[in-house]
Amino acid sequence: MSKNAHSARSDQTQKGQQEQILKVENLRKTFGGITAVADVSFHVEKGSITGLIGPNGAGKSTTFDLITGVQRPDGGEVEFNDTEITGYRSDQVANQGLVRTFQIARELSEMTVLENLLLAPQNQAGEAVWRAVLPRARTKVVEQEKELREQAWEMLELFEIEHVAHESAGNLSGGQRKLLEMARVLMTDPEMVLLDEPLAGVNPTLEEKLIDRLHTLKERGYTFLFVEHDMDVIMNNCDTVIVMHQGSVLTEGQPEAVKNNDRVLDAYLGEEVKI
Amino acid sequence: MAARDYYSRGQNLLYNRPVLVIFAVIGVFLVFDILRQLGTGTIVVTDLMSYLWNGLVLGMSLGLAGVGLSMTYSILNFANFAHGDLITSGAFAGWATAFLIAGLGEFSVEALVLIGGPIAVGSNELGINVVNTPLALLAGLLVAAALTAVLSLLLDRIVFKPMRSADGVTLMIASVGVALFLRNFLTFSFLTDSRGLTGGNVPQFTIADVTFGGHQITLVVVAALLMLGTHILLQYTKIGMAMRAMAANKDLAKVTGIPTERVVKLTWIIGGGLTGCAGFLIALQQGTLTVTMGWDLLLLVFAAVILGGVGSIYGAMVGGVILGIASRLALVWIPASFLLVAAFVIMIVMLLVRPSGLFSGRTTA
Amino acid sequence: MSTGSIQARAEGWLGNNDVRLLVALALAIGGLYALFSVVLGFQLNGTVNTLRRVAFLSAIYAMLALALNLQWGYAGLFNLGAAGFMAIGVYTMGILAAPVTASPPGFGLPLPVAIVAAILVTGVVGGLAALPAIRLRADYLAIVTVAFSEIVRLTLRAPEFANTRIAGVAFGTGGATGLSLPSNPIRILFYTDPAATAPAPNALGAAMFSAVEPLGIEQTLVIGWAYVVVLCLCLGLLYWLMIRIGKSPFGRVLKSIREDQQVTQALGKDTRLFKIKTFALGCALMGLIAILWRLSGGYASPRMFKPIQTFYIFIALFIGGTGSPTGSIVGGALFASLLFEGPSFVRRVVAEYLQLSNAPDTLVGALAELGTLDVTPLLAYSVQDVSISALRLMLLGTVLVYLMQRHPDGLLGHRKAIASSVDLAQQATREDDNE
Ligand SMILES: Nc1ncnc2c1ncn2[C@@H]1O[C@H](COP(=O)(O)OP(=O)(O)O)[C@@H](O)[C@H]1O
Ligand SMILES: [Mg+2]
Repeated sequence: MSKNAHSARSDQTQKGQQEQILKVENLRKTFGGITAVADVSFHVEKGSITGLIGPNGAGKSTTFDLITGVQRPDGGEVEFNDTEITGYRSDQVANQGLVRTFQIARELSEMTVLENLLLAPQNQAGEAVWRAVLPRARTKVVEQEKELREQAWEMLELFEIEHVAHESAGNLSGGQRKLLEMARVLMTDPEMVLLDEPLAGVNPTLEEKLIDRLHTLKERGYTFLFVEHDMDVIMNNCDTVIVMHQGSVLTEGQPEAVKNNDRVLDAYLGEEVKI
Repeated sequence: MAARDYYSRGQNLLYNRPVLVIFAVIGVFLVFDILRQLGTGTIVVTDLMSYLWNGLVLGMSLGLAGVGLSMTYSILNFANFAHGDLITSGAFAGWATAFLIAGLGEFSVEALVLIGGPIAVGSNELGINVVNTPLALLAGLLVAAALTAVLSLLLDRIVFKPMRSADGVTLMIASVGVALFLRNFLTFSFLTDSRGLTGGNVPQFTIADVTFGGHQITLVVVAALLMLGTHILLQYTKIGMAMRAMAANKDLAKVTGIPTERVVKLTWIIGGGLTGCAGFLIALQQGTLTVTMGWDLLLLVFAAVILGGVGSIYGAMVGGVILGIASRLALVWIPASFLLVAAFVIMIVMLLVRPSGLFSGRTTA
Repeated sequence: MSTGSIQARAEGWLGNNDVRLLVALALAIGGLYALFSVVLGFQLNGTVNTLRRVAFLSAIYAMLALALNLQWGYAGLFNLGAAGFMAIGVYTMGILAAPVTASPPGFGLPLPVAIVAAILVTGVVGGLAALPAIRLRADYLAIVTVAFSEIVRLTLRAPEFANTRIAGVAFGTGGATGLSLPSNPIRILFYTDPAATAPAPNALGAAMFSAVEPLGIEQTLVIGWAYVVVLCLCLGLLYWLMIRIGKSPFGRVLKSIREDQQVTQALGKDTRLFKIKTFALGCALMGLIAILWRLSGGYASPRMFKPIQTFYIFIALFIGGTGSPTGSIVGGALFASLLFEGPSFVRRVVAEYLQLSNAPDTLVGALAELGTLDVTPLLAYSVQDVSISALRLMLLGTVLVYLMQRHPDGLLGHRKAIASSVDLAQQATREDDNE
């Protein structure tokens, strides 16, 4: 794969180039008679922003489900950081450093924005019930909670949603929910994030902000695989694009090449593109 | 070739459903053990036959009592804990009627309406049984069905209709409240004594040393007819189709113009009617009646419904019969005080192994 | 820890709205009962005893509601088998503590050992029961757990285990007749040799007994109140524990499991483990509380652990509000004092005020008199043992339906407390934004 897709923004990621962080081979899933994912294989480079596009019903969300253990694949393999994670439960996958957001934002509506964020970090000392209770052990819990609180506020600042920190997540606007969802997965301190239509329903100002954050985070070394319907967004921001159609990978490559691929156009013309 | 095919299929089954295979193995082992015990003479054929017959009677009781529960479970999406007390209510209504008809003139109306209880009415003197007083029993059965249907509608109107949009757990807890209310309303009205119902010479037949009680036979035959009728009703009429559609997908049914509230009402009427009949017949077969009759049966009825698959009428029947026979057959190995335990264990295992039941996916058919 | 900080803490607690609410509630309920007793001219001993009974049951149901709240209010685990786990706790303790010479024989362990072992056993059984059960939908979980509790009760009742010998060890559940439990341990405070048939009071006992004797208050009542005080301390401890758990990261995960299990898992939490732990902990607590409940009576029988017992706890929980420890205590106290004990108190009031003639034998008879506009026969019928308890349960059923229709999250509403061990608004480098 060529390197010129990588913009000048990330000069550090230029080095460890060929490293593949996620490898998906021959993934398959059927629901009754419907084949949602027929045969999907692709690789994602470490430190890249990779776009996953395809008409509605192409199987993108299901592919995410299969990678992250929300659903069990009927066949195929998933490898993350050279560890085979096929069939892992979703918490195990997350613990490997691979997390995802859901297409329809799934904020925990009865919890405040800050609580949502504090929930996410992995292996918190206070998740053991005895530490949460016993006076001496609890000092450590409180220490950690303070650290996490700092982190959470930083994250809120990054996404510019500090003003709703104490609001119930259920009261947020659609766009704010998307931001919260992204902030929340980042709080798990992942290596790679799968974003399922993070820009859907987000107004243009916010959209720009979100994309900007994506690049900031990429520079910090995160890898992103994200689903998006807006071709312009994909062309301008992705290092590589994977195109899915009817449960299979149609093609993959640099944005320019994909854009000019006739089969991609055909796939899209066959199906209305909705956001 | 064929042998290899079977082999690989068996291997697949073992791999995909290990728990199922384990239970199948245990089942086969138990059948062989019965045969072995028959061979060694530890149990005799007569015992086995009477276990089977009594199991069938219990099973048909549970099946008939379960149809209504199964219908409301699949259409209204909640486990109705008041169902047991609907059974009891039906039994009390039906038997008060039967006593009135059989004993009017001989005893005071007060005593008859209260089905004996605090005022003694010799059930032997009344002599109610299928041969002596078939009309009183028929009237009792009809009143039991009608009153339970009305009671179900009333409860739906007061309790469940205002909570249509509530989730299953909330509805279930509300139904626990209804159960408490109904049962204790009966206690308040009829007081707690267990009362004798039948009398005279209840006919019975003995074939090869196995006794078939007349009221047992009545229950099995009437229950079978009622379930067949319900099946036909649901399978071949518009109502049945609407019910199936609603059980499958409530929202879709609404969108496609099915009058959901009408379907709900019909569900309560049909389910309530059958439940009342079940209460009346179970009391007839037992020959006694207490206010806790239905509540004591409730978990078994749940077990039958879940075993058969929620929403399926055949499922309720088959589940009831399997559970009835299995729990009676269990007497071969375990003492009688663990009969209910055996039935509950079967239900729990079923829920864990195959929560959708034997007839899963066949809603109200 | 310095006395100053303890004092500061106590002030902090009493300044806490929830604690003030609970104290006010206790005073109100006690006052209500005391007032009626005085107005009706009940004997002092009887009044104090009524108050003790109400306080005892309030504390027990408040604790049970707290334990159930951990499972249902915090984690959304619908355990309709509470009575079964209570029975396991009580019977394990009873069998372990019963003397080897008793009938049925036990293991003769010291009471504290037996209690700790019983709590562990109940917790382990709860955990094992949860292992497969937590995969189930809430309604199936309810049915499975209620069936489990019936299995426990039927097994305890079965004559086969009433007095048995397994692998050479003789023990028994006492079957349907029930099991004698060790005598009330609080007696140690008042007697030199509590086990004796007519024990001599020790210094504290002598002082207390002689102080209240002129008031006509009996020794057993002093002991009973001492036990209530201990229960209230246990309740306070449990309340504190539940608040701590609720505010901990552990509680935060439970809160999110209750809302959306899939999301919680996608964030890397092993939700199964959290659920199993919560279930086990809740069951262990139920076992302990049931032990505290039955130790005062010195006797347990399978009849006490019917499903209705579980429903009582749920009613208490729903009155208070799921998810809030304060609500659980309010619910437990209101349930025990008004719904559980209230009707029989009312009945005593009615009996005291109206000189009721003999009750009619049947409802029909009672209703017939209504024609002459005479309600006393109906009242007389209603306050009989059987009818009053039936009316009480009808009331409970109605309350449950009302709550589900109007306040499905309880009167005090659903959990609102922030799940964090630190104040989230506070932050070193940031001022509060209060727009
Ligand atoms: N749980 C499910 N049951 C049945 N069909 C499903 C399920 N999830 C997805 N599908 C089907 O699988 C196909 C792919 O869906 P999805 O992965 O959501 O596509 P995309 O995210 O690319 O729009 C669609 O035809 C959808 O209807
Ligand atoms: Mg999608």
